[in-house]
Amino acid sequence: MSYDAKDLLSRRNEIMKKSVGIDYDNFENDGIGFDYDKMMNASGYTLADVRTIQQHSMVGNTPLIELENLTRYARKFAKAGFGARIFLKDEAANLSGSFKARRAAVSIHKAKELGYKGVVAATSGNYGAAIAALAAKAGLKCIIVQECFDSNNVAQPEILEKARACEAYGAEVLQLSVGPELFYTFLNVLDETGYFNASLYSPYGIMGIETLGYEIVDEMRHKVNKDPDVVICTNAGGGNLTGTARGVKKAGASETLIYGASVDLQGLHMASDNDFNRKSFTTGHTGFGMPFATNPDRSDVPRSAARPMRYMDKYFTVNQGSVFFITEALTVLEGLERGPAGNTSLAVAFKIAQTMREDETIVVQETEYTGAGKHHQPQLSFAKRNGINLHFGNPFSEKPGKDIVFPESANDIAIKDVDLDRIRLSYIKRFKDNNLTDSDKAFLMVELRVSEEKIDALLRQTQ
Amino acid sequence: MLVDKGKYVRIRKHILPPEQRASNIPEDTKKVPLKMWIKGRLVEEAELFEEAEIITATGRRVKGVLKEVEPKHKHSFGDFVEEILRMREIILAEMWGDEQ
Repeated sequence: MSYDAKDLLSRRNEIMKKSVGIDYDNFENDGIGFDYDKMMNASGYTLADVRTIQQHSMVGNTPLIELENLTRYARKFAKAGFGARIFLKDEAANLSGSFKARRAAVSIHKAKELGYKGVVAATSGNYGAAIAALAAKAGLKCIIVQECFDSNNVAQPEILEKARACEAYGAEVLQLSVGPELFYTFLNVLDETGYFNASLYSPYGIMGIETLGYEIVDEMRHKVNKDPDVVICTNAGGGNLTGTARGVKKAGASETLIYGASVDLQGLHMASDNDFNRKSFTTGHTGFGMPFATNPDRSDVPRSAARPMRYMDKYFTVNQGSVFFITEALTVLEGLERGPAGNTSLAVAFKIAQTMREDETIVVQETEYTGAGKHHQPQLSFAKRNGINLHFGNPFSEKPGKDIVFPESANDIAIKDVDLDRIRLSYIKRFKDNNLTDSDKAFLMVELRVSEEKIDALLRQTQ
Repeated sequence: MLVDKGKYVRIRKHILPPEQRASNIPEDTKKVPLKMWIKGRLVEEAELFEEAEIITATGRRVKGVLKEVEPKHKHSFGDFVEEILRMREIILAEMWGDEQ
């Protein structure tokens, strides 16, 4: 029997309903859409509840700091009067070392409330450590399913570090070789154990981040007496951006722009065994950012609560070499040694700030911890061992999987402005043969943040 | 090598042989099996590289080939990387110039 025909996959919806404690059918509309607000409100938690849950677990209320040296550095390359003040939310200060603890805190609280004995999460990233740490505190058993090795049994050092952290918190870690069939193992474990699916994409996983956006606005009002002009989020599955944007809005900062940023890994196939160890970022990259923006419901729940296109004002990509450069700058100019992937939005902010006025502000909304394996030195050392050519030059010429190009000056940090209409077109393409009703179109207008005329124009383009 | 019952070990299990892999994945991935590694305590004594059963951290029993006894973490801060030093020198020179 082939993977596609497995009985388990046919029971996917039933297993999900049992393991997330949510009946997603309650939110489905006739046609293609669903009621997103109803789904988000059905959890019964308010933002104040989430804050209380998080504070109980040493999550949230992280320091928001002004990066005075990086701002000064950026201004060296800006026109007179330009160079916005750059702020950074030091999310590494959360329990387990990243903003992912915010998401985990709500999921774990819900799992405990619903009486589950344990939790399962499919993640190779910081979320695993976050779930493991909070499960430990809640007295719940924990299984983390990671994509970790290629077929030669070589693992990404960053993922090995996450496995170590999960084990340190008492979790069981299943480490898999490359491939999307990881989902099969994940379903199997959920089915066998009856544990809670601590999905990154459940409403709980997103509500947990709303506090981050809320805190940023609150703290900026105290620090600079106004709302931030831009908040920039590293974007992969879309949850970080979605939750932050929702929190910013809940704080009443209606003028604040929300930007997304991803490392450009164009050309590398995420399910390719050969490509797996030829990338130097395991998250925060376009390999997740693009497909999840184009189709959020490709996640491990029937309807993802992470819907970045509803909130994103602009989306930028940046090359790997530029993110490593800004990671080094953060270390030696601000005394902050933080993991590279979380600095993706910082690299973009450094350039964007130069196009903004001096009295404006841009907030980079996360950092992550560093450790063995999870630091720019082991990651670049690993790249070299895998035959990636490291050199200085024009970062725009970087070919992911072949080389990493570092800028010869901070002025050369390379960012690209992504055409959001291209993403919208890809999103809408899969409905090109549907006979869309008015309510379908109304859903698409909210989902893609465009007018009805624009939806019609995009639909015409798909024909 | 015979490994004692109760030892903390790592096993490897094949989840899918190449011919059963998903149809929508790249050719290079389709050519290789999907494998899984997992750690736990040995249920009974077993030979290294032979079939063995473990009890995991959550109390599950899992069978696979015994690959490693008392597995250690091998990841590190990596080798010296010349390019990082050069970036540092660029950053400090552009930022502080002669100030420092």
